[in-house]
Amino acid sequence: MYKRPNSLEDALDILASGDWMIAAGCTDLFPATQHKSLRGPVLDLSAIESLRGIAVTANGVHIGATTTWADLTRAELPPCFDGLKLAAREVGATQIQNRGTLAGNLCNASPAADGVPPLLTLNAEVEISTARATRRVPVSAFLTGPRQTALASDEMVTAIHVPQSALSGQGHFLKLGARKYLVISIAMTSARITVEDGCVTQAALAVGSCGPVAVRLPEIEALMIGQPVDPRVITDEAVAQAIAPIDDIRADAAYRAKGAAELLRRTVEVFA
Amino acid sequence: MKDPLQGISFSVGQTAHSVFCDPGRRLSEVLREDLNLKSVKIGCDAGDCGACTVLIDGQQTCACLVPVAQVDGGRVETLETAEPDLSRRLQEAFLAHGAAQCGICTPAMMMAAMALLRATPRPDVHQVEDALGGILCRCTGYKKIIDAVMAVQDISASAPTLCGGPAVGQSIPRLDGRPKVDGSEVFGADFTKPGSLLVRAIRSPHFHARFDLGDIDGWQRSHAGVQAVLTAHDISGENRFGVIPPFADQPALADGTVRYLGEPVALVVGQPEAIEALDLTEFPVSWRPLPHSLTQAEGAAATALTLHSDRLENTLVRGRVACGSPEAALKAAAHVVSGRFETSYVEHAYIEPEAGAAWLDGDVLTIQACTQAPVMDQEETSKVLGLPRDRVRIIPSAAGGGFGSKLDVSLQPLIGLAVLKTGQPCHMVFTRRESMRASTKRHPGTMEAKIGADAQGRVTAMVFHGDFNTGAYASWGPTVATRVPVHASGPYLTPNYRATSRAIHTNGPISGAFRGFGVPQAAIAQEVLYDDLAIACGIDRMAFRRLNALSDGDTTTCGQQLRAVGLGECLEVLAPHWTRAKADAADFNAGHGHKRRGIGVASCWYGCGNTALPNPSTIRIGVTRQGQLILHQGATDIGQGSNTVITQIAADALGVPVGAFRLVGPDTAVTPDCGKTSASRQTFITGRAAEAAGKSLRASILRLTNLSAVSRLDFGSGVLTAHQQDTHRTIDLTALPEDANGYVLSAQETYDPPTSALDENGQGTPYALYGYGAQIAEVEVDMKLGTCKVLHITAAHDVGRAINPRLAEGQIEGGIAQGLGLALIEEYIPGKTEDLHNYLIPTFGDMPKVTSILVEKPDPEGPMGAKGLGEHVLIPTAPAILNAIRDASGARVTKVPVLPHRLLAAIRATT
Repeated sequence: MYKRPNSLEDALDILASGDWMIAAGCTDLFPATQHKSLRGPVLDLSAIESLRGIAVTANGVHIGATTTWADLTRAELPPCFDGLKLAAREVGATQIQNRGTLAGNLCNASPAADGVPPLLTLNAEVEISTARATRRVPVSAFLTGPRQTALASDEMVTAIHVPQSALSGQGHFLKLGARKYLVISIAMTSARITVEDGCVTQAALAVGSCGPVAVRLPEIEALMIGQPVDPRVITDEAVAQAIAPIDDIRADAAYRAKGAAELLRRTVEVFA
Repeated sequence: MKDPLQGISFSVGQTAHSVFCDPGRRLSEVLREDLNLKSVKIGCDAGDCGACTVLIDGQQTCACLVPVAQVDGGRVETLETAEPDLSRRLQEAFLAHGAAQCGICTPAMMMAAMALLRATPRPDVHQVEDALGGILCRCTGYKKIIDAVMAVQDISASAPTLCGGPAVGQSIPRLDGRPKVDGSEVFGADFTKPGSLLVRAIRSPHFHARFDLGDIDGWQRSHAGVQAVLTAHDISGENRFGVIPPFADQPALADGTVRYLGEPVALVVGQPEAIEALDLTEFPVSWRPLPHSLTQAEGAAATALTLHSDRLENTLVRGRVACGSPEAALKAAAHVVSGRFETSYVEHAYIEPEAGAAWLDGDVLTIQACTQAPVMDQEETSKVLGLPRDRVRIIPSAAGGGFGSKLDVSLQPLIGLAVLKTGQPCHMVFTRRESMRASTKRHPGTMEAKIGADAQGRVTAMVFHGDFNTGAYASWGPTVATRVPVHASGPYLTPNYRATSRAIHTNGPISGAFRGFGVPQAAIAQEVLYDDLAIACGIDRMAFRRLNALSDGDTTTCGQQLRAVGLGECLEVLAPHWTRAKADAADFNAGHGHKRRGIGVASCWYGCGNTALPNPSTIRIGVTRQGQLILHQGATDIGQGSNTVITQIAADALGVPVGAFRLVGPDTAVTPDCGKTSASRQTFITGRAAEAAGKSLRASILRLTNLSAVSRLDFGSGVLTAHQQDTHRTIDLTALPEDANGYVLSAQETYDPPTSALDENGQGTPYALYGYGAQIAEVEVDMKLGTCKVLHITAAHDVGRAINPRLAEGQIEGGIAQGLGLALIEEYIPGKTEDLHNYLIPTFGDMPKVTSILVEKPDPEGPMGAKGLGEHVLIPTAPAILNAIRDASGARVTKVPVLPHRLLAAIRATT
């Protein structure tokens, strides 16, 4: 069974009718199967025009669920999105960026999802819909664990929303991997910093690919407020405590603790 | 929503198509199978390799990641169908720059380049890297691909003309290049007979287990479309193969016990759609897991289970070379250094997973599959299937990379069995995971060595021992165990020496041949210790190597007296680069950043051909009655260029332009055996046979024409004209009798390099000829993140005579890419890195600048002086990088790959 509706309304009706695998860019779905076709039932959202695109509104920035990384790279957005845009250019390679979607990156819920740290720094919310209702959940609450989300079986993500309150400042993103292209991060860091009169008024820091889910670092953020930008407040100890790093084939926990801290300092350094 | 009865409609090039199929099918499948657009290659089915890159509405996309439903109403472009002018110019640029080696990634590279060039007609290097960065190439090291894409604007769409004069020494474009660049090359998965059945293997999910097959008949009855299920009981020959007959130990299908993860236990054969759809985890087999070992230390442990009852302590074989009195010399040495080094499993990661087709041609089982060793495939397949050799014919398909792993049979006995049992044509294509689990790897090694020097810095003695993890079956383990002690001294004079090795069975992946047969691992130990020793002696590291380099007349640790040793020349030509690189690093380091630069050097030597064993090649050249000149070129070209190089040698030996030949490839039914494509032997050994055959045919023509010399030979329709200044003699070919091969004139010559058996101390003549080289690495280490960027490799290689300089450069660049992977990136962890997502090889962005210098010190044994090169090129890269890392950071790293966490730990340990 493979459905590819043209309208969101139809899609939500179909979704209510049973257990569907939601498909969009398919850049995570196909690698998960050794077969030559997607095993259904598949609900393909790619023909729904209203789900794709980025809109800047009075309430913030609305990113439709099937917006691709390449769409994001091409969009004109305020500087707070610079981190997310840098991340977009590091997702796989051009082929993946042309098809893969931001919402899919969230739903796949990989601990190494490139989009998550910058979306965390943008206080992004996930718009979740059923045929009956729509709700919004912060990205931090949407991702409940590795490969786990707060999405119920009759729900789909319809948009990512960045609130007006998070549109200030400038974003940045760094990714550390064992090679240049097509690489899963050992660690990645994102920051969004607002500086007024030489002092930080908003600080959002996030680290990904070091633990089960990417995290914000509120303690360190708090230390930055009211001060000039100073990467030295980001200590190895504070970062290690915040991220609870893991060992895997790409690096050990001890390295991640130090490497993530160093990477985060470099992410913030550009604002100093 | 669209009515499914309308089908899915899209255009490919200028043609509109409607397909009626599962909308969730991968676009790559529809393009290849339904529309026969075979330039779309399948390397991983996961978006990790990019080989299936096509353009959808002008945007580059992995066709394996797109459900065909999503191109409804869209426009797809493949290499066959893309705009002709740009496509043609790309093809010419790729040919002219040597950008295609095996050719499996080439169509994808061109499609990505097309998308780039439409938007940016004159891209810079970084734009090319960014645009093509999603496609992996394992052969070229990417440099020539970048050059080609950047040159497209300046290239005309017509084919270049060849220069006159001798072919040897000219960088002619590869003779087999056209199908590689126009997408028509036929790789293992690109051909099947009509009605061919699909074969899939049931493989072990355990590293070590006993197993019982359940109700197979019942399972088959309940799965429509399954025509046969085959197990070890269906094998009528000897269910035991191996590349070295005395060590043959590997069942084609396991019989009761599996010894590695992914070992096949049964085959299912039937209609492709039905077989593809099967969930093989439901196959009736029960497993009883056994304790397993995965590392050489675990395999050697007293408590380890023995994998093969006749191999005590899991020892497959030991190797030894000894001369002089190493202990006494070490005791007397002014300086002694020692160390312990570890290397990891390394995956070949060719972009083409194993694939092939088989059918019956009369009573001859014919197998067309990717391989490096057609005659060995024929021998082993006939043995397993219980057929006389002349009832098995091997036709090598184009091989999408090999690097050693396609020397062993993979699917040949399996599809052969399926054909014999069903009577129908069959085919098999490994998935990426299947390929990675079932194919051989580079041996992980644990090596300990001690080297001493006198007060003047002359090496006096070395002792070495290496334990190598040879995995579950023998494969090329004995070769590695033999080659390593012969080469572990490096190309340096070592009067007192003892090197020993042991190949240890484990339940890890089978270790086999991988570009260098263990020598790259041993070179890491030796060359890092040479830096220790140079430092201890207070001598510049380059000067230390020049002081100790082997030269003409020196005796090796095997007691062989050498001639034509080009190492001194290589080091000499590198000396000014060393001085420049040293100054550059010092300048950079004068700043106070967290990045530090350093330089390192390492050398290589490598004996070409089998170690102290016969390995002849035979070349046949024939002239037909119609006047066609045919070269039976049996050296399997897996991208390295033997189709071109051997033809260049034959052309000059016979005295004709290369274009005069029509090539007949390595098909066991029509071409004499040129041995396997391994051991850097084809240019040397097959080249010598080609040279001899060319000369022999020329001599026959001289006799027939009664001329003393010939300045030109012209092959016309039914006639052959020989010219000597103003004398012209014509032979009427139609009047001559045809021989058994259908030729009226022919020559067949065999060359087998003169070697001698080694005694119990490894004394003798292991190789007739060696190649030499050295490389300088310049690196930048991030002292706080532990990352290392290789900035520049300057490589000098003594090739004796550069038959085709551009192809030689291509080998150097590709070898450096693999050496860089070995040093910094690549670590195959059994059960964990079984795809190209988790097993990382270098990408476009990871390559350093490469400066290649070809040194030509002719060897009288080589054809026109030529030596082998293919494996030499990656041996110095990893140790040069390690030595540069230490120079930059102070961290002496002894385990590869030097992943960031390992380097940072080593840096922290030194401060």
